[in-house]
Amino acid sequence: MNDPNRRPAIRHLGPKRAKASVTKVVRRAEFPLRAAPTPKGLSPLPSRVGANYDTDWARRYPARMARKVALATIGKGIVRYYARPDIRGLDRLHDLEGAAIFAANHQSHADTPVIITSVPEPWRSKLVVGAAADYFFGNQYSAALSALFIGAIPIERTSINRNTIEKAVNLLRGGWSMVIYPEGGRSPDGWGQEFRPGAAFLAKQAGVPVVPVHIRGTFNILRKGRNWPTRSASVVNFGRPIHFTEDDNNRTFTRRLQQAVESLADETATGNWFAARQRAHAQVSPGIAGPDGAAWRRRWALTAPRESSGTSKRRWPYV
Amino acid sequence: MSTRRGLVLDVERSTPPILFHHGEGFRFEKLPVGSRVVYPNEPLDAIADVDRAIHEALHNPLGDSEPLPALMKPGMKLTIAFDDISLPLPQMQAPDIRGRIIEQVLDIAAAAGVDDVHLIAALALHRRMTEDELRHAVGDRVYDAFAPHGQLYNFDAEDPEGLTHLGTTDHGEEVVISTRAVESDLVVYVNINLVSMDGGHKSVATGLSGYTALRHHHNVHTMRHSRSFMDQEKSELHTKNWRQGRLIRDAGLKVFQIETTLNNDTFPRPWHFLQKREWEMTPRDRALLLGTTKFLDRVPRRTARTLMQNIRAPYGLTSIQAGEVEAVHKVTTENVYRQHLVPVQGQTDVLTMGLPYLGPYNVNSIMNPILVACLGLGYFFNLYRGKPLVREGGVLIMTHPTPWEFHPVHHPSYIDFFEEVLADTTDPEVIERTYERRYAEDEWYRHLYRTSYAYHGVHPFYMWYWCAHALEHLGQVIVVGGDPRSVKRLGFRSASTLNDALEIAVDVVGTQPTITHIHNPPVLMADVT
Repeated sequence: MNDPNRRPAIRHLGPKRAKASVTKVVRRAEFPLRAAPTPKGLSPLPSRVGANYDTDWARRYPARMARKVALATIGKGIVRYYARPDIRGLDRLHDLEGAAIFAANHQSHADTPVIITSVPEPWRSKLVVGAAADYFFGNQYSAALSALFIGAIPIERTSINRNTIEKAVNLLRGGWSMVIYPEGGRSPDGWGQEFRPGAAFLAKQAGVPVVPVHIRGTFNILRKGRNWPTRSASVVNFGRPIHFTEDDNNRTFTRRLQQAVESLADETATGNWFAARQRAHAQVSPGIAGPDGAAWRRRWALTAPRESSGTSKRRWPYV
Repeated sequence: MSTRRGLVLDVERSTPPILFHHGEGFRFEKLPVGSRVVYPNEPLDAIADVDRAIHEALHNPLGDSEPLPALMKPGMKLTIAFDDISLPLPQMQAPDIRGRIIEQVLDIAAAAGVDDVHLIAALALHRRMTEDELRHAVGDRVYDAFAPHGQLYNFDAEDPEGLTHLGTTDHGEEVVISTRAVESDLVVYVNINLVSMDGGHKSVATGLSGYTALRHHHNVHTMRHSRSFMDQEKSELHTKNWRQGRLIRDAGLKVFQIETTLNNDTFPRPWHFLQKREWEMTPRDRALLLGTTKFLDRVPRRTARTLMQNIRAPYGLTSIQAGEVEAVHKVTTENVYRQHLVPVQGQTDVLTMGLPYLGPYNVNSIMNPILVACLGLGYFFNLYRGKPLVREGGVLIMTHPTPWEFHPVHHPSYIDFFEEVLADTTDPEVIERTYERRYAEDEWYRHLYRTSYAYHGVHPFYMWYWCAHALEHLGQVIVVGGDPRSVKRLGFRSASTLNDALEIAVDVVGTQPTITHIHNPPVLMADVT
């Protein structure tokens, strides 16, 4: 038992103890506490993460049920709290049957939860998300979480990986719909980026239509470089499905897809569908890429106050 | 997918500590820079449709043999012999390949109207198999059909009426085998060829034989002239078995040989990490390895032993061939080599090895000090082709706790051998000359072998003879982490750590020895040039 009257020992007279240091302990750790380096001249095993991660388990019944429950409860709650999505254009999907590719602009990490909780049934139940293999599948834990909760499948964005493309095509042929971001990554500044031909390639190979989707307002929620979300209202606008025709090639189809998203962006921004369609047909829709110029000017243009519409006018006079 | 071949790793400063088996535990040893580590080949691709492969083998035999259905006649006497509990190691996950083959053989026999069928566990002087072990080997269906009627049983090499003297080879080796086999119109032998020593004429000539015949090749002279007994071209053991086998063939015994080879897929999940190279272990593997090591270090040895002995290997079948003994065995050996051979350049001064918990003679049992010596100096040392991995006069360092512990039911004669014989001398020749016959003909051991589950009285002698080549070849044997009393009784040196052992070895091999470690199991055979 400790004696409260006992004086503490005079420390500097006692035997000196080496200073404990986490760094020292970590440095001294050897196999098996830390990974052994691959010896020189030998090739490491092919990675089981990244593009090689096997997500089949996440499409089996238990995982699908877990995902469905998680999205319907926690997922939807969080999305409502942070993004308050206004979902538009669902009527355009009325004639859509079977699997489809939902191709959206990409502003933020919030895009995926917003879109997978906005896609209607029956596509929502069999939905996978093409996610950057190097980012979401970088290690076993993030890969498992991504596959389980958002139904992610790895897509190489820096190189062409036949396996990942074959996997995606097989899923589409097997009736699974897919969310894909043709820009290849999140917007660095809030403006859109040029579309890449991945969606066109998949649509052609799998023979499924592509639904253009425009998301607005999520940039402020969890944009690139931010780790914690902030609240911001968002709009998800679904466009009319586009089919890959005989006259198309990957480049032209990608252009058509980008124009469709730009038209949706115009429609969302102005609130005038007909005017947006007119501009689209005249090929004068404002692009998603924003104005050329210095970064501050692009940002300036993006955050310029919008013209207030009639509906937001105060209905009652100040008293 | 192609299988990655084994490799010889040159140890550098950045090379991690190497995993050494240490009985029912593991050690991590940092080898000196410049040492070599020999890693085994990865498991070969297994045959996907095993039943079809068996069917093909039985209907398309090799050599001068008719297909099995053509050999079956109504009213004939059929004997099916199969390898005992010593194969494979560890036991394979159910269904055992022996059972799958025997079922197809019996189907053919049934279709041909053969009634007189006996199934014999060909255990020679090994202990009898228990009911559970027999059920595991042949399957419940076969066991329940034959065992209750006394048609499935363990071979008894001490049954005076159960053995027939077939003759003597031109080198004076007596051939005595099972009377039931001699009286049969056909003997079907089902082998598991885990290593290149298994199978061939050894199956019947040894498996269904007794002391009278075995003593002609299970002796010090044969072992010292088998370099190694895993290499058929240079194995005196092989030569003598072949002479006996040919005599059996010439005496008119019809043997339909079935041989199988397995891949190196030795450890199931969650023990899978034991198959991996250190730098390829995932964080999960390393966590399991570390956790398992700490756990096994802390639990009583009995618990650790039970845990480890329950490992069932997920072996895959890599080949099956049937027909005439020699033609079959030639193909089998090629398939065994395909899995096991790893090329190694040059010999070494010091050979290190981590001995695991299991050898052929302690399945569901205790690895006593004699079996430790046999596993290291008998089996692992002899897993070479060409020349021994360690040079003549070199040092062998092995890690094993080597407890002074014996299974009283399985190894009664081992206890006396250890207490009486090894206390007197460790010289195999003196032991053979002075003690062997007394133990071999001891009535009490004979009684235990026949009625209990004991290895034959002479068996510990054979284990010691198995070491004879290594004992003659080596300058010193050091056991790391072993019970010093046991190690001393074996005539070896004991060391607490590998560094201590290397320090001791300096006296024999000098201050700058070359060191090679064999990362075994899974099994590898060094092809030394």
